Amino acid sequence: MTDTPIVSVRNIVNRFGEQLVHDGVSLDVHRGEVMGIVGGSGSGKSVLLRTILGLQKPVSGQVLIEGDDLTTMSERQLLNVKRRYGVSFQNGALFSSLTVAENIQLPLREYLKLSQASLDELTALRLTMVGLPLSAAGKYPSQLSGGMIKRAGLARALALDPQVLFLDEPTAGLDPISAAEFDQLVHYLQNSLKLTVIMITHDLDSLLTICDRVAVLVDRKIIVDTLAGIMNNPNPWIHEYFHGPRARGIHPSQSDASGEAHGA
Amino acid sequence: MLTTELQADTLTLRLSGRWTVQRLAEIEQVLGALQWRSVKQAQVDAAALEKADLSAMWLLRSALRRAEESGVKIGYSGEPEHFAFLTELQQQSEAQHIAPVEQPSWPRRLIAGFGKQAVQTVQHALGHLDHFGHIVLTNLRGIRHPSHMRAPSIVRHAYEAGIQALPIVAMIAFFVAVIIAYIGASQLRGFGAGIYTVDLITVGVLRELGVLLTAVIVAGRSGSAFAAEIGVMQLNDEVDALKSIGLDPVEILVVPRVIGLIIALPLLTVVADAMGMAGGALLSNWLLGISLPQFLARVQDAMAPTTFWAGLIKAPVFALLIGMIGTYRGMQVRGSSRELGRLTTTAVVESIFMVIFANAIFAVIFVELDF
Repeated sequence: MTDTPIVSVRNIVNRFGEQLVHDGVSLDVHRGEVMGIVGGSGSGKSVLLRTILGLQKPVSGQVLIEGDDLTTMSERQLLNVKRRYGVSFQNGALFSSLTVAENIQLPLREYLKLSQASLDELTALRLTMVGLPLSAAGKYPSQLSGGMIKRAGLARALALDPQVLFLDEPTAGLDPISAAEFDQLVHYLQNSLKLTVIMITHDLDSLLTICDRVAVLVDRKIIVDTLAGIMNNPNPWIHEYFHGPRARGIHPSQSDASGEAHGA
Repeated sequence: MLTTELQADTLTLRLSGRWTVQRLAEIEQVLGALQWRSVKQAQVDAAALEKADLSAMWLLRSALRRAEESGVKIGYSGEPEHFAFLTELQQQSEAQHIAPVEQPSWPRRLIAGFGKQAVQTVQHALGHLDHFGHIVLTNLRGIRHPSHMRAPSIVRHAYEAGIQALPIVAMIAFFVAVIIAYIGASQLRGFGAGIYTVDLITVGVLRELGVLLTAVIVAGRSGSAFAAEIGVMQLNDEVDALKSIGLDPVEILVVPRVIGLIIALPLLTVVADAMGMAGGALLSNWLLGISLPQFLARVQDAMAPTTFWAGLIKAPVFALLIGMIGTYRGMQVRGSSRELGRLTTTAVVESIFMVIFANAIFAVIFVELDF
């Protein structure tokens, strides 16, 4: 089973006018894996995600979901595939005219015939899972803080028990405690429920604690490796990324050294 | 999917097959059909479970939890270990007691509704007044310090509200004049007074219809655009960003739009007047055989010196009303896309209403002044 990757991107080329964003990007994500995507601003992380989600048609190349080509699929098939996806967007993308509870229930209502009592039960599950208080259920997105919107977006993404979870900068804007809780949640989902997670992140701690492999978008190409492999990659941008001043936390020996220096 | 076995007071629940989100509707039914009467203990056996996900297991737990509250002892066996985490979640979610919101009785709600409406109406009236005052003050400052008048912005809005509206305004004015000429001619011909159709067109188009139609079209086009543009900027915190840079949103966003419209609407009115007269001339020729020189001579007779100006003088006032209402409603948008839609609609409806209401007041004033 693990032979066919659940998501496979083959030789994607994306171009906006003169600007070439992706030039032959390939990426295989296997079942039950957490893949972190990193890259500088404007390197095309979100475009890659949108391409995988079928929201953007690449100039050339293929996107295979469990072996089926997304770029040539009919609308109907595409819809069927999308039911197995959960997506949490960078800014939450909650429907602003619906309450948090209605946002979470929307996919359930759309696909399943359930009583209101069950819908409320399931909403309570999602809210508790992402660490939101139940009192948030009746609130509108405009009444929530940025971090809460993010969690509610994740709760909606999880509503249909997806097999693949796409996250666009899930921990950006969360305080470190919430970010750590979030990492734990993703770890649990992946470990126990064998969920596949593809996340764009700049959070080095997330990369260290939960990502099995890391894909780096640099110079319109992609480099995929384990975190240890990526950290030793000679590419100057990657080196800067993982050995820059903010990356001390992920090198245990160095962080000890700096701790001593601080103590002295 | 679920087989049950009742021995004395012990109910055994054997889960099998796939308990997944796709089958939630079935699961809900099965769980709802469970009989808990005379059951003292329940044993859940999940050994034969093929596949399970969080949603399904959560519904199961919720059902069992309700049974537990009515005194049934529950035991689990063979359940995948990672679902133990659900018990913890369940405790967490139950620990949060949410007081149900109490609805006041209906007479109370009715009175409260009236009161709220009244207060809101007063607040809106004051809000409009405040907005108007703000615009006037900003304009006065602009006259003293011309750098505060944003010329490029004014030109842009005059272009968008004026030049781009030309085709539609011209066409509608033309066709409405055609309709009036047609009806006028067919009615007046019966009295042998067909020539008065020209008077009807001249006075009707120049005094009332030219400017009124233009104002209504502009209210629909630009009033909604103003409200929507400023509303989206509110939603994106752009208005707050302007304030935090120390710029006055009224000066940057509102005044250029209002002034642009005050420039554009009279010009559009002139075009609408001309097109209306052209439509009238065409129909007079067609239906009544009045040639163009005859038509023009008759127009000269029918027109008082004030006829044209009585129409045109109203245009800037209508422009002010439309611009003010559109921008004011846009500034009020908060929070959600539904608010944006609601306030854009409000802006258009209010500005059309105010234009017609103002037109009625003008009519009374002009009659009293013999203008």
